[in-house]
Amino acid sequence: MTLMLVAGSAEMLVALVMVLVVAGSLAFHFLSPWRATPIASNWGFIDDTVALTFWITTAGFVAVVLFMAYCLYRFRHQPGRRAAYEPENQKLEAWLAIVTTIGVVLLLAPGLLVWGQYITAPEGAMEVEAVGVQWNWSFRLPGADKTLGASDVRLVDGANPLGVSPSDPRGRDDLIVADGELHLPLGKPVKMLLRSLDVLHDFYVPQIRAKMDLVPGLVSYLWFTPTKIGRYEILCAAYCGVGHPQMRGTLIVDEEADYAKWLSAQQSFKQSRKSDKGGEKSASNE
Amino acid sequence: MTDLTGRTEDAAPPAEVPEMELFHAHSFLTKYVFCQDAKVIAIQYAGTAIAIGLVALVLSWVIRIQLAFPGAVALIDAKAYYQAVTMHGMIMVVYMLTAIFLGGFGNYLIPLMVGARDMVFPFVNMLSYWVYLLATLVLAASYFAPGGPSGAGWTLYPPQSILTGTPGYDYGIVMMLASLVLFIVGFTMGGLNYVVTVLQARTRGMTLMRMPLTVWGIFAAAVMALLAFPGLFVACVMLLLDRTLGTSFFMPAIVEFGEHKAYVGGSPILFQHLFWFFGHPEVYIVALPAFGIVSDLISVHARKNIFGYRMMVWAIIAIGVLSMVVWGHHMYVSGMDPLFGFFFAVTTLAIAVPTALKVYNWVITLWRADIRFTTPMLFALGFLVTFVNGGLTGLYLGNVIVDVPLSKTLFVVAHFHMVMGIAPVLVIFGAIYHWYPKITGRMMDETLGKVHFWITFLGAYAIFFPMHYLGVLGVPRRFYELGETAFIPDSAHLLNVSITVIALVVGFAQAIFFYNLFASLKRGKPAGGNPWRAASLEWQTPETPPGHGNWGDEPPIVYRWAYAYSVPGAPEDYIPQNEPPIRGEHSS
Repeated sequence: MTLMLVAGSAEMLVALVMVLVVAGSLAFHFLSPWRATPIASNWGFIDDTVALTFWITTAGFVAVVLFMAYCLYRFRHQPGRRAAYEPENQKLEAWLAIVTTIGVVLLLAPGLLVWGQYITAPEGAMEVEAVGVQWNWSFRLPGADKTLGASDVRLVDGANPLGVSPSDPRGRDDLIVADGELHLPLGKPVKMLLRSLDVLHDFYVPQIRAKMDLVPGLVSYLWFTPTKIGRYEILCAAYCGVGHPQMRGTLIVDEEADYAKWLSAQQSFKQSRKSDKGGEKSASNE
Repeated sequence: MTDLTGRTEDAAPPAEVPEMELFHAHSFLTKYVFCQDAKVIAIQYAGTAIAIGLVALVLSWVIRIQLAFPGAVALIDAKAYYQAVTMHGMIMVVYMLTAIFLGGFGNYLIPLMVGARDMVFPFVNMLSYWVYLLATLVLAASYFAPGGPSGAGWTLYPPQSILTGTPGYDYGIVMMLASLVLFIVGFTMGGLNYVVTVLQARTRGMTLMRMPLTVWGIFAAAVMALLAFPGLFVACVMLLLDRTLGTSFFMPAIVEFGEHKAYVGGSPILFQHLFWFFGHPEVYIVALPAFGIVSDLISVHARKNIFGYRMMVWAIIAIGVLSMVVWGHHMYVSGMDPLFGFFFAVTTLAIAVPTALKVYNWVITLWRADIRFTTPMLFALGFLVTFVNGGLTGLYLGNVIVDVPLSKTLFVVAHFHMVMGIAPVLVIFGAIYHWYPKITGRMMDETLGKVHFWITFLGAYAIFFPMHYLGVLGVPRRFYELGETAFIPDSAHLLNVSITVIALVVGFAQAIFFYNLFASLKRGKPAGGNPWRAASLEWQTPETPPGHGNWGDEPPIVYRWAYAYSVPGAPEDYIPQNEPPIRGEHSS
């Protein structure tokens, strides 16, 4: 008799544990200190879609697991019980399909709208190039002509680490930033043109939210508007060999005046070619 | 339609194909080694898959120890870490999960569940296993080759994967690619068998819509695999040519460490398309058999028919079809044409609908059921929780813009481990506890089984649920050490340590399972032919374990579907599929 009671309550425990899994997961979510970094770009919409997804999926998770737990408690085997026989219920199945479809559309519609914005850089956004090589970041900013010159990986050598085309006049005033530190002015939309000279890399600044691979052989892009002054780490998010975690850069968002000061201190492509002519200064990454 | 509710007249049409001729083994070698009996091939497949899976388990400890205690073990450096990650991923997805569900459960269950005497091409079936074994050995051997196995990441993305700076450049990557090519050759032989057997060798009365969902799941997965693996096949062959002959299928002009390479004009993104054209269906090649099996476990142990059987079948087919057109969601930030994002987000979220319907039908099956908390049932319930959790986080990653901040972080790692690591592995355990009595004639120990379940289920949940939050924080995956990173607080390192400790405990706890598995061979309670009182055909064999040819003199005749549980008016709470109609059984 006692044995049966123990066995019976052990079975009720299964339902209880399932409830605790839900309660524990919710508690973990609300108590967790691990949250998204404070946002420093215009991509608040991305955070909003994440939040919307959280609420809809959490409702689904809680409802399904609690319903399951209730069934486990209510319909556990007891002497004399026999299950009902109900092969299907088309009305119920149709309703569930409709409700689920509505939930999915609620997630998808805003998601696609924001994606549309994400891939459409605003007219007149400043173009800045980020170049990845194992395992550091370089940058190229347009000079007075506001245009970047042509480039080709086959032109890369010690004196021309980014492969800028010397025959393209638009490239002569391009500013070459080889120390991995990029400054951007606050509040101005930036279109980052992404280029890799060797393997896949990925331009990743958690606080900016945007992310995109650098692929050798093509130029990819992402855009954002920095909204908070500060210093942010640039990471590589696409596996690029044993030095992958050490591939770091720095993004510094400045007031306009500080930015202009930094900009004026950068060397142009033409200057860098001149200063390299004599010496054996190598800009390769060994 | 009325068929579902047990209507039985004219239910057993004449057989469409004549009885097959069986190959009869005469020596030990042909009976147990080069055997053509699907049941033996199934054990060989499953045994090999579990063995190589244990290697992957040990590799996961290497990964976890390095992440929690970077630099603490001198043997684990960046190279060893990336080799472990690469091998762990590839082994688990291809050599373990695919092989055990299709080669293991497919071989054992398809003939028995459809009332066939064996697979239709027994010799090819045998060959399939031996080629698979060879593929597995080639892969494992790369650990002993100079330079070790490839450390290219399990997705093997070029250019990185075939450049000199990648661990395993000399032999590892070549052996990996050769092994995959072999695996696909072996799988194709088995896959054709599974498909043709289901279509051609069903016994009298076993209509498609009377098949257990296990067979439906494995059948659909085999069809998908036959369509998807060729994508991986060509990707591997071309990458092998790029690596060995210097062709430029996937390799554009690049400069590696200041040295101009001879490649020109290839496309790294093309490789990604080919890889994921295989890689995403692959998720469902693993998931669909698990869906099928779990449907049967729930139904048997809840003593209730699976709810909405026809919906379950159509959902499997819909998922199978849709899963062939969602691969681009692995590439939202790959640099491919961003307009693809719209298309793949729509297809990916559309697949959530049939998947959700399956989940609803599983839990509704529990409604007004008569639930027995056996070990297989517990594992099925564990699957439900982890699959729902992991499936829902898929809605983050599938919805293109939501994927942007989360992609390439630990959120992705947590998501796919929950949904296609833990969930299917729980089903594998449940299935082993469930069918072990049929395979061996003995029961596994229930108490040990339950201890094994609770440690594995709660432990795995405690490993992967919190990991999502490291991803939300922004911690990237594929970092062998986080180093000094301003946005990652110390508490995140603490969480990493906790995950590692739990992973070690859960890993070692699998010893309970293996002890149970082997000890029960001798000491398990004799099971009888049908210990769970199940209705599907594999439990109705004249002998247990089933003999060569499965059915003695006469193959069974099937009169009803596989889910006649608790039918009103029936004397027992189940009616086997092959039991002739009981008077007054049908009421239309």
